Amino acid sequence: MKWDEFFVTGEPMIYGAMVSIVLVSIAILVGLTYFKKWGYLWREWLTTVDHKRIGVMYILSALIMLFRGGVDALLMRTQLAVPESGFLDSQHYNEIFTTHGVIMILFMAMPFVIGLMNVVVPLQIGARDVAFPRLNAVSFWLFFAGAMLFNISFVIGGSPDAGWSAYFPLASLEFSPTVGNNFYSLALQISGIGTLMTGVNFIVTILKMRAPGMKLMRMPMFTWSVLITNVIILFAFPVLTVALALMMFDRVFGSQFFTMANGGMDMLWANLFWVWGHPEVYIVILPAFGIFSDIISTFSKKNLYGYKSMVFSMVIISLLSFLVWAHHFYTMGAGAMVNGFFSITTMLIAVPTGVKIFNWLFTLRKGKITFTSPMLYAMAFIPIFTFGGVTGVMLAMASADYQYHNTMFLVAHFHYVLIPGTVFGVLAGLHYWFPKIFGFRLNERRAKTAFWLIVVGFNVAFMPLFFLGLQGMTRRMYTYSADTGFGPLNMIATIGAFVLAIGFVVLCYNFYYSFRHSPRDEHGDPWDARTLEWSIPSPVPVYNFAKVPHVESQDAFWHAKKHNVPLFKEGPYEEIHMPNNSGQPFILGVIMFFAGFFLVFSWFIPALIAGIGVVIMLAVRSFERDHGYHISAKEIAATEQKLRGDSV
Amino acid sequence: MARLFPIRHVMGYIFSLVLSLVALGVIYWDLTFTAGIVILVICALIQASLQLVLFMHIGETSSKKQLYLNIGYAVFVGVVTVFGTLFTMIWGFR
Repeated sequence: MKWDEFFVTGEPMIYGAMVSIVLVSIAILVGLTYFKKWGYLWREWLTTVDHKRIGVMYILSALIMLFRGGVDALLMRTQLAVPESGFLDSQHYNEIFTTHGVIMILFMAMPFVIGLMNVVVPLQIGARDVAFPRLNAVSFWLFFAGAMLFNISFVIGGSPDAGWSAYFPLASLEFSPTVGNNFYSLALQISGIGTLMTGVNFIVTILKMRAPGMKLMRMPMFTWSVLITNVIILFAFPVLTVALALMMFDRVFGSQFFTMANGGMDMLWANLFWVWGHPEVYIVILPAFGIFSDIISTFSKKNLYGYKSMVFSMVIISLLSFLVWAHHFYTMGAGAMVNGFFSITTMLIAVPTGVKIFNWLFTLRKGKITFTSPMLYAMAFIPIFTFGGVTGVMLAMASADYQYHNTMFLVAHFHYVLIPGTVFGVLAGLHYWFPKIFGFRLNERRAKTAFWLIVVGFNVAFMPLFFLGLQGMTRRMYTYSADTGFGPLNMIATIGAFVLAIGFVVLCYNFYYSFRHSPRDEHGDPWDARTLEWSIPSPVPVYNFAKVPHVESQDAFWHAKKHNVPLFKEGPYEEIHMPNNSGQPFILGVIMFFAGFFLVFSWFIPALIAGIGVVIMLAVRSFERDHGYHISAKEIAATEQKLRGDSV
Repeated sequence: MARLFPIRHVMGYIFSLVLSLVALGVIYWDLTFTAGIVILVICALIQASLQLVLFMHIGETSSKKQLYLNIGYAVFVGVVTVFGTLFTMIWGFR
């Protein structure tokens, strides 16, 4: 590593980015000092173990990463808008589509989903926190360290440029000699460990911490989807961990797992990547299914149609998701047996997914539907996602896939499932649970403006790509000649992308607008909703439930409202045991960041020192005695009276 | 004090180190391919059960149903990954 290669040079946009990073950092530091917020930041946020605050930090990081990935997307669309464009050179374009993919999947979709599950799941099951609050904070800070490590790559050392799937041999040291793909393996590794811990944490939380009476088959559908998602995380992420470790050995220590000589096997990387990668798709889509289920049932004023078949189809999807991975590389040249097998398993997934679509439609049937902003996203999701899913079945046919493989058709397909599925899902969830988190609703008018811009912009941006793909435009090409005739459709797609971007700007402006103008929610149940999280005041007090709820049926809160049965037993408040805040997870995250950073540049001595730091942190934690603290009954009574008035 | 000392964990740690060294030994000792793979598979199985029993406290729960469901799922994913990879990359490859 030569020092003159340390910073990325020679690109005016990168210099602009560097200047803005420095300016923003200085502004943050000065701002925190000027407004004397350092202590507040440390006490209330950086050291928190409260699942609600950790959830908010996840969502905030996801929104920032959405901005970063979105700018990447706009740069790509600008480059492709006209033939022979000189806006970006090929290397820069390669780096941008790589970081766009990695950031959108791993640092936007994942944390957004995990953030919502952090905020909502303990509230939905009547728990006071997750099973391991401290571990939860460790999860977040490891994710954040990984995300930051990945993001600095574009000013320091250079970004990865071998695609988000980083196929070998392109990603090997031989063909990608810069440190870019070291950033890839280490950043994903660090945040992946955090995700694995989240998986363990939420499985235990959901299995062990449900309120009395809440049997598994009485859980809200979102909680069910999160349980199944975390089971998939637990079994899929170890494969990624191993694959990334082997990649790091290949790139940093010169081993030969994925090389083309010396007994290495380059396509084994693709194989392992997709053994994790396909379940990963379901990790980000299943929670969205759960969110839509809750929202559709709330705003149709009906219980969810086919509850059991919903659960059953998700379990089937979770099993099938491990049986389809080779459809990502049909063109590798495997035999007819392999491609035939994976074709059939892939098409089979359409069956349980179809069951879910029909269940949502039957939930809507004869319902008393109100078109709020979360419901609009759910309504847009059903047709657009079906469209994306059907093109997926087209891609599932191995013989036809030789035509579609790595064309814009594929790009259009996965954006057509991921955006209406995951992105609409998390946006719907954000609008739906926003009043629970912050105590006021987002302004409906502006939310709907944003919704229409996003839906229209999305379709204008991605529909043309289907046709471009069928005409033969491949993905990841940074330019094309005018003779190909790709120009007009690409221009339309670019216009759509900018409309989509304006939609996101309106959406973010709405946070500010609603913070200033929205009336504060006083009774905690603004949507007349069905599940337990709406039975407590918003914003939710630190201990969540002053008394543990007693659940008698599905949609427990709705049942209590309609049949006038008390959710909480009469009697005095009891003392509540809560976990203490801790700075250790944050410090561990910082150390992991530096350990990763040093390894990226093969600076082994500093990396070793940071590694020892990690071991010391683990030892400190092992010998620590921290029994938490108690909130007295008197204090709870005072808080509850302030939040709910005298009636309770 | 004797009861507080985590003897099981320390023993487990030592066992894992020994098993890792044996696995590493396969490339240093002059073994046939079959012998090497046999040693690796045996070490892997012992290692996995060691982790499950000593560190993950398997069997200390009262509900056996969840336990078997979990192990069943894990075995399913493991078998699918290993044999699926062999199927895709070697047996089914033209």
